[in-house]
Amino acid sequence: MLTFISKRILEAIPTLLILITVSFFLMHSAPGSPFSSERALPPEVLANINAKYHLDEPVINQYFYYLGGLLQGDLGPSFRYKDFTINELIAQSFPVSAEIGIWSFLVALLVGVGCGIIAALRQNSWLDYSVMGFANLGIVLPNFVLAPLCILFFSIYNHWLPPGGWNGGAWPYLVMPVIAMSTSYIAQIARITRGSMIETMHSNFIRTARAKGLPKYRIIFQHALRPAMLPVISYLGPAFVGIVTGSVIVDVYFGTGGIGQHFINGALNRDYSMVMGVTILVGTLTILFNAVVDILYAVIDPKIRY
Amino acid sequence: MITTKDKIQAVEQFAEKVVEVEGRSLWQDARRRFFSNHAAVTSLIVLAIITAIALIGPFFSQWNYDDIDWEALSDISTLGRPNIENGHYFGTDTLGRDIFVRTMQGGQISLLVGIMGSAVAIVIGTLYGAASGYIGGRVDSIMMRFLEILNSFPFMFFVIILMTLFGRHIFLIFVAIGAISWLDMARIVRGQTLSLKNKEYIEAAYACGVSTPKIILRHIVPNVLGIVVVYATLLVPNMILLESFISFLGLGVQEPMTSWGALISEGAQNMEIAIWQLAWPLGFLVVTLFCFNFLGDGLRDALDPKDR
Amino acid sequence: MSLSNSKNLLEVNNLRVNFRTPDGLVTAVNDLNFTLAQGETLGIVGESGSGKSQTAFALMGLLAGNGIIEGEARFNEQNILTLNEKAMNRIRSKEIAMIFQDPMTSLNPYMKVGKQLMEVLMLHKGMSKAEAFEASVKMLDAVKMPEARKRMNMYPHEFSGGMRQRVMIAMALLCQPKLLIADEPTTALDVTVQAQILTLLNELKDDFNTSIIMITHDLGVVAGLCDKVLVMYAGQTMEYGTAEDVFYRPTHPYTQGLLKAIPRLDADDEKLSTIPGNPPNLLQMPSGCPFQARCEFAKDRCGESMPPLEEYAPGQLRACHKSVDGWVV
Repeated sequence: MLTFISKRILEAIPTLLILITVSFFLMHSAPGSPFSSERALPPEVLANINAKYHLDEPVINQYFYYLGGLLQGDLGPSFRYKDFTINELIAQSFPVSAEIGIWSFLVALLVGVGCGIIAALRQNSWLDYSVMGFANLGIVLPNFVLAPLCILFFSIYNHWLPPGGWNGGAWPYLVMPVIAMSTSYIAQIARITRGSMIETMHSNFIRTARAKGLPKYRIIFQHALRPAMLPVISYLGPAFVGIVTGSVIVDVYFGTGGIGQHFINGALNRDYSMVMGVTILVGTLTILFNAVVDILYAVIDPKIRY
Repeated sequence: MITTKDKIQAVEQFAEKVVEVEGRSLWQDARRRFFSNHAAVTSLIVLAIITAIALIGPFFSQWNYDDIDWEALSDISTLGRPNIENGHYFGTDTLGRDIFVRTMQGGQISLLVGIMGSAVAIVIGTLYGAASGYIGGRVDSIMMRFLEILNSFPFMFFVIILMTLFGRHIFLIFVAIGAISWLDMARIVRGQTLSLKNKEYIEAAYACGVSTPKIILRHIVPNVLGIVVVYATLLVPNMILLESFISFLGLGVQEPMTSWGALISEGAQNMEIAIWQLAWPLGFLVVTLFCFNFLGDGLRDALDPKDR
Repeated sequence: MSLSNSKNLLEVNNLRVNFRTPDGLVTAVNDLNFTLAQGETLGIVGESGSGKSQTAFALMGLLAGNGIIEGEARFNEQNILTLNEKAMNRIRSKEIAMIFQDPMTSLNPYMKVGKQLMEVLMLHKGMSKAEAFEASVKMLDAVKMPEARKRMNMYPHEFSGGMRQRVMIAMALLCQPKLLIADEPTTALDVTVQAQILTLLNELKDDFNTSIIMITHDLGVVAGLCDKVLVMYAGQTMEYGTAEDVFYRPTHPYTQGLLKAIPRLDADDEKLSTIPGNPPNLLQMPSGCPFQARCEFAKDRCGESMPPLEEYAPGQLRACHKSVDGWVV
């Protein structure tokens, strides 16, 4: 098991390197310099800036400078916010995104799995139909649609929640971002859970468990839950990516000040190092998360040899 | 090899006939199952209606999608309301442009992106998956490893970078969206190819010396196409969503053209005073996504009844 | 051994199993009657779809959700068909255990074999983990599982089909149930493994004095194991009697057909005889005897009414219009 885990983590490293390389050269193949949009600078100043950021050297040298910095955990200076490094900006905004993201992920997982199991166990009852009706609706209500609807309902029509801001993560500021981010994943997870739970409950080994005289709750939790969770676990990777991407929307809408905001501003302002920094951060998290999911899968399914 | 070209052709024709016979009964069965699924059939009809009004609706309005109604512009919150008399059936946006026509025009873009994006995903995914599955061995494992690597990329971020760096061309949108959505397609096609690979007519073609690219294109691809189309139906709503997401961020189609995502973005900014600006494009988007999902589910169930 | 024993372990009276389907009510088991004494073995024989497995599921309370049961099954004087889930759970595995047809899928692939065994003992006997472990190892030994202790910590996919069926049998016998229902326990296995499993069941039957209902389509299985045989066709009882009588003096055309279809080495006939045709569609049951379409002796009468199940000799019952010696007018 331990070898499988370390192998899986080691495998993530080349993937990460490819990610860094691709995004680096993509950014540097872009037309225009990060400072070209500003008012004309005296040539000496421009040269200074270029030298400071190694922009006057060949791209390949810049790449190795960047890689060297990365190894020391240095994402470089921001091209836009001259007084800040990317590390500082991310250190400021990442906790916000992480808090919203973790809550959304947990809510999506717990509510989704719960609803899915209930719907599966009460298959074809009104409960099943209403849960699945909600799920079908949730799937087609993406976060950028839900966010304004939330504001409309919670803040404008009923003054229950503040329409935006962060305020250090106090819960009233957390509710709407989490709803907007998690709803479609609740729906997806509920659908997947229901399907796999129904399939599992019809399988022969559940019949065996019933023939043993096990009470229903033990059949569900000890025998059916594990296999029924496998498709859900495969979905966790995509769900994670979706929630991370959704943080862009949440930041834009609720002005929470997470990394999504920096990413969009960076992209619009050609702040290369900012965009690179966020992409690499998100990519690393995604790659690591996928590794964790694989390991989790192997833990649950004994048929996977490691 | 002493096989002549004629023989190869004969074998290929025979193989095609075998495929036809096998295919027909499957498709007949599937069609019967599909048409007994009311939700899917209703969705198909609704989608046809939405497509039709998106295409011909603008001709029934006195406004163009970039016309500005200067009169309405003076007071959007009252004069810009949905109103049959002044021809603004769905109202106007903050610039006095007609929401009905813009929703229809946005619908054209969204549907186009959805369908074209899926097409790009299908082409790349099918070829990649079929090649990987058919060639097999080392090539297969390298190609699949590459898929896994791509799978852990935060692609949405790449699309956003692409859009900001290379400008917002509609063509670029569906190439970008399609290019990030072919991964699952490739996996599905590979699985199908693996099971097709040992069929007699493929082996016969191989034995007759038909080249690998030709076997993939003429024998494997046509046979997996049915499944591919079904999964493409499930891809379309995702494409529409992705495009809306990009447009929502202001990185999608360029003004004065619009798409549902862009309209929702604008509408959301004014929802306090002009809810219709949000409601109409939102309604169309949600109904369309709903229908595509039901349609895709219906098609999948029809082709793969085990899932029900 | 007589058919009606004053102290019957199980008495099934007019058991009927129906299924609600989109195309209407389907009768899978039609007015089934039989009795079983302690230590006795009953073979229920029939082709697939004859209702034999559904009989077993009905007795265990494991029918699919759309199944409807009528009639009664008195187990130790108690009708188990009307028990609620909770009461039934006290009987399952403890009093009546079941072995399923497909050992490859009947064990939970995500749980160690040991745990699957132990949970039965911990549930029904209130054993501690350690006690349950030892008892399970002992039972695996009893079903001749090599290296039983080591295998407790293995997952089902590490076992062969025959070994899995041994686990299933061990699991069924853990609480020493009074009745064991074996639903085609050897169908999915290799012929050599089949023989081993049957030998094992035969030995265990004597060791534990368990009554067995052996459900099978294989008459060879019945011959080696059973005291009584019940032949089912399309949900109906065709013939019911002692194994000896049914085998050596079959009187029902269907039983005769089944016996003729067994390949024999000593027969002069080179051609293997089969029963022509297929069992009827349960959705469109013909009137009269369900076997008439395939019966070489069928007469007009057979299409008009279902022959009653009648005793033609002490303890021998059959449902056929044709008399034992020929046609009665």
